[in-house]
Amino acid sequence: MDKNRASRRWKSLAHLGRFVALTLAMAFICLPGAWIVISAMRPTVEIMAKPPVWIPHELSFQAFISMFGVIGQGGVPVFAYFRNSLIISVTSTVIAIGIGMSGGYAFARFRFRGKSAMFLGLMLTRTVPGIALSLPLFIIYARLGILDTHFALILTYVALNVPFTIWLIDGFFRQVPKDLAEAAQIDGCTRWQAFWRVEFPLAGPGIASSGIFAFLTSWNEFALASQITRSVASKTLPVGLLDYTSEFTIDWRGMCALAVIMIAPALTLTFIIQKHLVSGLTSGAVKG
Amino acid sequence: MATVALRKLTKRYGPIDVVRGIDLDIADREFIALVGPSGCGKSTTLRMIAGLEDISDGEVLIGGEVVNDLPPRARNISMVFQSYALYPHMSVRENMGFSLTIAKRPKEEIARRVAEAAAILHLEPLLDRRPSQLSGGQRQRVAMGRAIVRQPEVFLFDEPLSNLDAKLRNEMRTEIKKLHAKVQATVIYVTHDQIEAMTLADRIVIMRDGHIEQVGTPDDAFRRPATRFVAGFIGSPPMNLVEASIADGEIVFDSGDRLPIPAPYGKSVKAGQRIVFGLRPDDLYPSGHGLNTGHADNVHERSLKVNLTEPLGNETLVFLDFAGRDWVSRMLSPRPLAIGASIPMTFDLSHAHLFDNATGAALAREEA
Repeated sequence: MDKNRASRRWKSLAHLGRFVALTLAMAFICLPGAWIVISAMRPTVEIMAKPPVWIPHELSFQAFISMFGVIGQGGVPVFAYFRNSLIISVTSTVIAIGIGMSGGYAFARFRFRGKSAMFLGLMLTRTVPGIALSLPLFIIYARLGILDTHFALILTYVALNVPFTIWLIDGFFRQVPKDLAEAAQIDGCTRWQAFWRVEFPLAGPGIASSGIFAFLTSWNEFALASQITRSVASKTLPVGLLDYTSEFTIDWRGMCALAVIMIAPALTLTFIIQKHLVSGLTSGAVKG
Repeated sequence: MATVALRKLTKRYGPIDVVRGIDLDIADREFIALVGPSGCGKSTTLRMIAGLEDISDGEVLIGGEVVNDLPPRARNISMVFQSYALYPHMSVRENMGFSLTIAKRPKEEIARRVAEAAAILHLEPLLDRRPSQLSGGQRQRVAMGRAIVRQPEVFLFDEPLSNLDAKLRNEMRTEIKKLHAKVQATVIYVTHDQIEAMTLADRIVIMRDGHIEQVGTPDDAFRRPATRFVAGFIGSPPMNLVEASIADGEIVFDSGDRLPIPAPYGKSVKAGQRIVFGLRPDDLYPSGHGLNTGHADNVHERSLKVNLTEPLGNETLVFLDFAGRDWVSRMLSPRPLAIGASIPMTFDLSHAHLFDNATGAALAREEA
């Protein structure tokens, strides 16, 4: 009996320990995000205070209000930046997913000459640090006359994302048994129908997560965007944050407020799609 | 309903011939089993018939028409996969009705035909479940149901029972046989299990290394194996096959042991010829414990040492020492035997088989 009681006590202690550890980990992970939200609503004095003021004394939405105000008086062209970000991220994600699906499917299903070399080549492009590309890209785009356009950024982000989406989606199509597409073809599907009615729905969650990944990369990218964009015509939100820096001062509160505006849609999108990321959807397809 | 014919059917992967020009005629409503060890090309043959694999050379005819270049959907076939290949994102009902949905049949017709197939296979209570919620045997039945609903001219089965446990496999085997009687379609059934092939098929096709070793009824394959390979492949436990020479009008094993030449082969052997002597465990038994105790003229008796016994209840497999190796014998109405003891054994030579050692082909037999 004593052994049982000891074991039970040990178990509940371990449970408590896990709870505390996880809470601490979550607090640590969430702190930067929470700090941005809090900083967006407190006066600059408090933000810069040393030692830090942990609990804000007063909260106000002043930064958000002036952000949408007159440009030059704390106002920033939020809508224009937001629109640019949205157009560039959505378009580049859609294209990257389209190419990623075709490429990933080909790598997963077909045998062709130079397959592994090509795959390796795609992966190697990821080893180049993005910032190293900024100068060559700037020169090329300047010559082509596409600096400061949506097109330039879309092109850049598609190129950045495609290797990764191909790699991810290849993995997801590999998990869909080949037999299923064959069974569908015998059931009367064309090769195309078999893809859309059977293989695509099963790889869907994986494709969605590659989509989130590609979207967030484009949405948050700063280094290249800051070089390639010049004006309100194409500046994205991350580049827009720089509007809060002037020669001698940085408006941290305004910057944090804009960051909140930037985080919100990305967070919402992730929440929406996350529901569909049910793993193990292919279980029960094959074998007993 | 349809006939199926293969004409010099060949499949090459680069320099390797997986299927080497096989010819086969399958009658309407016939149940044919393709059987052989793994890698013999049986599954590839089936996949070429299905249209899932390109044909390197030769022709496949279904219902008298060459279908080489038709896609699978235009061949009017159904296939049951070894892995079942059920669509995991659809319910059992949707899985079974999928082919009709694709063919844009009216909803009432789909519902009716799915219900009919479900009734045949006792699947009614499972129609709204997902494949992941089914047991192996149930998935197997759904896979068959999906094949039936399509009402094809030819059913193709690719090792459909090999993922099931032994008991379930026996049950499903019976179900498949009943199913064939009900749906009256041509069936091509691939298996590596000779018992499945023997019990199910009208004719079995024994394949090895991409070619056909023998085509015949299960009885043919068992009683009149055309080659040494077939003799060793069909039957469980397998036939005792031992190399020997013909000398002095007798069979002389390499160990020096001798047996008389079986009467049906009296004229087909030559002195000095290298042969393989084959005798089924059923035709080698402890004296008084066999099936064919009648014809005394073709039996040969000698005393052999018992190495091992495997009691199976109604019979016992006895492993004996003879001609320098282990021979298996089947003892009916068994009695306990002492390991190491010598017991009188009967060789029923009227059922012995002789094969040419070089070609593996059966020697000509003169039936009494």
